Amino acid sequence: MAQARTDIGPPLYKEMLPPIIKENYGKWQYHEIVKPGVLVHVSETGAKLYTVRAGSPRLISIYFIREICDLADKYCDGYLRFTSRHNVEFLLSDGSKVDALIAELTEKGVPVGGTGNSITNIVHTQGWVHCHTPATDASGIVKSVMDELFEYFTTMKLPAKLRISLACCLNMCGAVHCSDIAILGIHRTVPKIDHDTLHKVCEIPTLTASCPTAAIRPNPKLKSVEIKAERCMYCGNCYTMCPSVHIIDAKNDAVSIWVGGKISNSRIGPRFSRLAIPFLPNNPPRWPEVVNAVKHIVEVYAANAQPGERMAEWIERISWEKFFEVTGLQFTDKHIDDFTLAQTTFRSTTQFKW
Amino acid sequence: MTETKKTPLLDELEKGPWPSFVKEIKKAAAHNISSQDLLGQLELSYEDKKAHWKHGGLVGVMGYGGGVIGRYSDVPEQFPNIEMFHTIRLNQPSGWYYNTKALRQVCDVWEKYGSGLTNLHGATGDMVLLGTKTEYIQTIFDEVSNFEEHPMDLGGSGSNLRTPSCCAGPARCEFAMIDTLDLCHDLTNEFQDYLHRPMWPYKSKIKISGCPNDCVASIARSDISIQGTWRDDIKINQEAVREYVAGGFDINGMVISKCPTKCIAWDGNELTIDNANCTRCMHCINKMTKALRPGDDRGATILIGGKAPILQGAMMGWVIVPFMKLESGSGYEELKEFLEKVWEWWDENGKTRERLGELILRLGMRNFLRAIELEPIPQMVMAPRANPFFFWWPEETVQD
Repeated sequence: MAQARTDIGPPLYKEMLPPIIKENYGKWQYHEIVKPGVLVHVSETGAKLYTVRAGSPRLISIYFIREICDLADKYCDGYLRFTSRHNVEFLLSDGSKVDALIAELTEKGVPVGGTGNSITNIVHTQGWVHCHTPATDASGIVKSVMDELFEYFTTMKLPAKLRISLACCLNMCGAVHCSDIAILGIHRTVPKIDHDTLHKVCEIPTLTASCPTAAIRPNPKLKSVEIKAERCMYCGNCYTMCPSVHIIDAKNDAVSIWVGGKISNSRIGPRFSRLAIPFLPNNPPRWPEVVNAVKHIVEVYAANAQPGERMAEWIERISWEKFFEVTGLQFTDKHIDDFTLAQTTFRSTTQFKW
Repeated sequence: MTETKKTPLLDELEKGPWPSFVKEIKKAAAHNISSQDLLGQLELSYEDKKAHWKHGGLVGVMGYGGGVIGRYSDVPEQFPNIEMFHTIRLNQPSGWYYNTKALRQVCDVWEKYGSGLTNLHGATGDMVLLGTKTEYIQTIFDEVSNFEEHPMDLGGSGSNLRTPSCCAGPARCEFAMIDTLDLCHDLTNEFQDYLHRPMWPYKSKIKISGCPNDCVASIARSDISIQGTWRDDIKINQEAVREYVAGGFDINGMVISKCPTKCIAWDGNELTIDNANCTRCMHCINKMTKALRPGDDRGATILIGGKAPILQGAMMGWVIVPFMKLESGSGYEELKEFLEKVWEWWDENGKTRERLGELILRLGMRNFLRAIELEPIPQMVMAPRANPFFFWWPEETVQD
């Protein structure tokens, strides 16, 4: 039996780099997108490194990993990497092998794409597969959306890159709040309290302190708490602190859609996604309402944005009022902020459009 | 073995061109009864429209306070093989570069003791191994940490330093202005204790991007966002610019008109940049990779306070240090001292589950800046305040 060793740190990245990278580390001069899914990085030394980017369902088995390892052994001298968006990237020093690798990936049902003006892998959370607080599933919606938007992964025909992300509750393990399109699971009802168990498993001061709107107060008579319904905005933080405060409500949990966020500083700076659709039903296994809504927004954007414009830039140019008009999405009282700093989003100018 | 249940709802998700996670679970289920039960329980979630995992559960390995997340089924009588189905987070190598040997040996361990299911990768960056029993956790850790080559350590979970992550860096990107891979590896090793032994008010995340394109979304997803940048002039290869234009590249439409500060001009022969007015957004460099390169005076901007919505709403990192030199091999002492000061102030003053950004808002940026001994400068704000409700320090007024 092996002895315990602790605090050894992560594996050394230098041992994970192919020779061409070791030789050209920090010397890359420029890159080009050869075709969808294929990058070439050219070094000051003249060396060329080809990257083939492939999609992945994020939740993968060791059998999938072994298959991609086989391909990396065959085409990339045993080296590969993953992106921050769950794509697999094969690193080739021999450009003549690119097409054969793509052919093998395609044959295995692993799509190649996700570069440039495309929709790349949707980053997402665990959902019903492995999380205890989700308002919706994650992998199932992502699979359904990507099936429908597949052509935008394998081509680069959008005005600019489009990043879709999904979080299955407001905890947002994937922090999706700065995405071109964010799909977010929401709870819509006040948690139900299990008074019988609460005092045994939860610390009441911690629980009351956990509420950002001070909706929770102690109920000494029951050795429990009560929730002021009109103050609760269903964030679920209390449930995370106390399992006796049940936020999951299968009849009311739902999906919301957010648009116009971005991360990069390129042109306009980073910004938050804003609410586009406050409610779409949880409708497994294919979530048709969510899929149609996302597809609709993508298509309206693709048809109207100028070349190079991210979703946020397009909306900024045409205005939010026109965004709701051209998408046909309904503007509701949910779109008007009533949380912290709401007033920063109210309009204080006569400059608006009809 | 549990009887294989029918999964008509999930089977729908095997259709279509995008790779199917259901196929992945089924591949694992062909060899592993816990994955079979996972499939059954997930089908039940699809019927019931809710998760079937119990709240919480504490499990771990000797000497560590995090890195393993307990998970228990709330319907164990139906799915006994996932009564326990814990997650193990393994600290990924910088930039998610792997050789196949490193990946295969994790697969072999996970085949023996786990469900065979993984996330590559979790949102924080770790290799996430999904689903094992309590009795195997120590064994798994002992085996991965004793690999002869490329031994693996646990990542972070709970109220600790979460596993730092970084972009592709100088290994594969011409834009990287700091050695993100080296810095990420160095910081992870330096702060092992904070990573493995939760002792803070809440989680704290570090993400490192080599340039302002921020490919790891550090500004939105980390309390401490480190982004490579430069201070001197953009380097122009005029010949290459002319080649772009001669090749039909719409330099006015794609570059000149899109410059946010209108500091770039093209007279048909020469490209000029008013560097004093450039905000280093990267757009022109992104579009003309052969012609333009960042300058040579390179370092990083450090932004503090980014996080997802829970508790006080979503936040993006705020500029605290506009420029810090971070040369590879330097030991990064200035950055480490800065991080220690930031964490110490947060740890002293933060309430349970209060992230760094929320604490800065609660106690005020002026208190934060004073605690970490930084002078206020205009680069920290979009605009000065518009209200007159500000505080004076006692020493700034006459005291009787």
